[in-house]
Amino acid sequence: MDILYQVFIDPFVQMVELPDFFLQVLWEGFVSGVLYALIALGFVLIFKASGVFNFAQGIMVVFAALSLVGLYALGLPAYVALIATVGIMGILAYTVERTIFHHLVNQPDIILLMATIGLTYFLVGFGEFVFGGDPKVMITEELGLPTGSTAFDVLGGLVILQHIDIAAAVIAIIMVACLAVFFNKTRIGRALRAVADDHQAALSVGISLDQIWMIVWFAAGIVALATGIMWGARSDVSFALEIIAFKALPVLILGGFTSIPGAIVGGLIIGIGEKLGEIYWGPLVGGGIESWLAYVIALVFLLFRPQGLFGEKIIERV
Amino acid sequence: MFYREAGQFKTTYEADQAIFPILQDRMGIAVIMVLALVIPLFATDFVLASIMIPFLIFALATVGLNVLTGYAGQLSLGTGAFMGVGAYACYKLTTIFPDMNIVVMVLLSGIFSAGIGIVFGLPSLRIKGLYLAVTTLAAQFFLEWCFIRIPWLYNYNNSGAIEVPERTGFGGMVLAGPASPPITRYYVVLAIVVAITFLVKNVIRGRIGRTWMMIRDMDIAAELMGVRPLFAKLSAFAVSSYICGVAGAMLVFFWLGAAEPSSFSITVSFQILFMAILGGLGSLIGCFYGAAFIWILPVLLRTLLPSMGLDIASETVEHVSRMVIGALIIFFLIVEPHGLARLWQIGKEKLRVWPFPYA
Repeated sequence: MDILYQVFIDPFVQMVELPDFFLQVLWEGFVSGVLYALIALGFVLIFKASGVFNFAQGIMVVFAALSLVGLYALGLPAYVALIATVGIMGILAYTVERTIFHHLVNQPDIILLMATIGLTYFLVGFGEFVFGGDPKVMITEELGLPTGSTAFDVLGGLVILQHIDIAAAVIAIIMVACLAVFFNKTRIGRALRAVADDHQAALSVGISLDQIWMIVWFAAGIVALATGIMWGARSDVSFALEIIAFKALPVLILGGFTSIPGAIVGGLIIGIGEKLGEIYWGPLVGGGIESWLAYVIALVFLLFRPQGLFGEKIIERV
Repeated sequence: MFYREAGQFKTTYEADQAIFPILQDRMGIAVIMVLALVIPLFATDFVLASIMIPFLIFALATVGLNVLTGYAGQLSLGTGAFMGVGAYACYKLTTIFPDMNIVVMVLLSGIFSAGIGIVFGLPSLRIKGLYLAVTTLAAQFFLEWCFIRIPWLYNYNNSGAIEVPERTGFGGMVLAGPASPPITRYYVVLAIVVAITFLVKNVIRGRIGRTWMMIRDMDIAAELMGVRPLFAKLSAFAVSSYICGVAGAMLVFFWLGAAEPSSFSITVSFQILFMAILGGLGSLIGCFYGAAFIWILPVLLRTLLPSMGLDIASETVEHVSRMVIGALIIFFLIVEPHGLARLWQIGKEKLRVWPFPYA
């Protein structure tokens, strides 16, 4: 009975007894959820438009952040460095499309996935070769991002909000809105969705696959840059960030591979669920459950909806 | 000319259904087996311990993954963790029964891995394709966490790592532990790998293997034709995890000598997946090509690059070899998405008609 009490009652008692701490945990979960959602967004963009599960998104985040910091260290002003980094992501998109995916049209999903993992290896090696393996500090202040924190009096306690977290949330919301408009209202957006449905059919109605893929990879690169700045501001910029790709996977699967709102909702569910689980239920089993809780949450949702929360219904024919 | 089967008439069903129906294949296999047995007698300990043994072990793990991903069509990213289950199970078994032959323990430990594999295979009945990756990733991270957090698994020692005790067998030979000579370990590994590969080859040709392939090609159609998806998928998970578990146990007991949870991390899972895909999904010989490519190439790069007279730091070599491997993976995917096994097949076709390709 004791164990049942500890699992089902005690955590909730704690939540009610210390509401300010609970709110703080909730906020932390929300912020990491937003960041997960940002990474997942990069995945969704490429998946929607090319059916490629882009494993390299994680390393693109690192690469973008490292380029930005590296260019700034060379003496460029922060904003010039930012624009130059956007240029670098453009070049990367062009190169990736020309040298890899141009040659892999109509291959099975798993081959495309493998190609992006190959790309990950290459970029890790290349990035370490150019920038070195040491962690770098993100140039948060130079970019004009707020750094302080505000404490609120809530429910008889203090809740501390970092300004950078608020900025991250705002930027994420703006980006999602822009992307939603881009996908649903513009000509290119419609072409993107056509390509996602069927490569060959899209080609036959005159959509340039090369062009579309380049645009998508470029957009994913910009999302990666934003993610890199936000994530880098919270911790250092290092290759350890690469593992966030694994964090984005459950988010993506939970939300459904093709849905932008899915990425956001999935990110928030995973982010908040993970933090609450770690703080309130983690001590029961010795802590550190953050590493796998996200997958279990996603798995539970998947058992009820195999295509994810917002995914298109899977219709199978023989 | 070299590969022509003209004149090799089959007069019995046994001959027709032999594993290697063509004489040239039989000769090729015989040559490889002789080489595998003889070369180590002349090889240095370095070659044995850091190239041959790991190559065979990784090839076996790739065979395990290939059963699941290549033949039954279920994507798995949890190979490393299943290998870990085998390793920890073997460690516990040999702690509890110190006098039993270690080879028997290694083979038994795969059963535990198979059990865990079945549990994590259950969601595959409902979740398909890339979505299944999340299940196997859950297995990967959850099991890795277990290896850290359950001290019973590593006998409560302070380092949190498992260390291979000395084990003898087959008439007093030192088979595992720091004192065992690489050549003994090599022959043990070789025997296990060959035996399991041979078994798998036969399982795949048989009824179970064919139901796996039906499930892979179209599961609904297979179901309508009377294949039980529950049995087919779970048996694929069980067989695959068994093989991976044995490979993991061998990895620790016959190669590394000591292991910590990070020895079975997601990186290992990906490495094995690379080997399977580069070698060719759904091909057993491809597993060996893939393992050779992914394992031996970086070792060669690491030893060759500095010896070419280029004076470069060891980190730089590491970075460059990563870049080269990444680029080569992409290159091979573009040139031949069906892997090195397909290249070999094309080569055989060419040899068959050489020197008159239009005759």
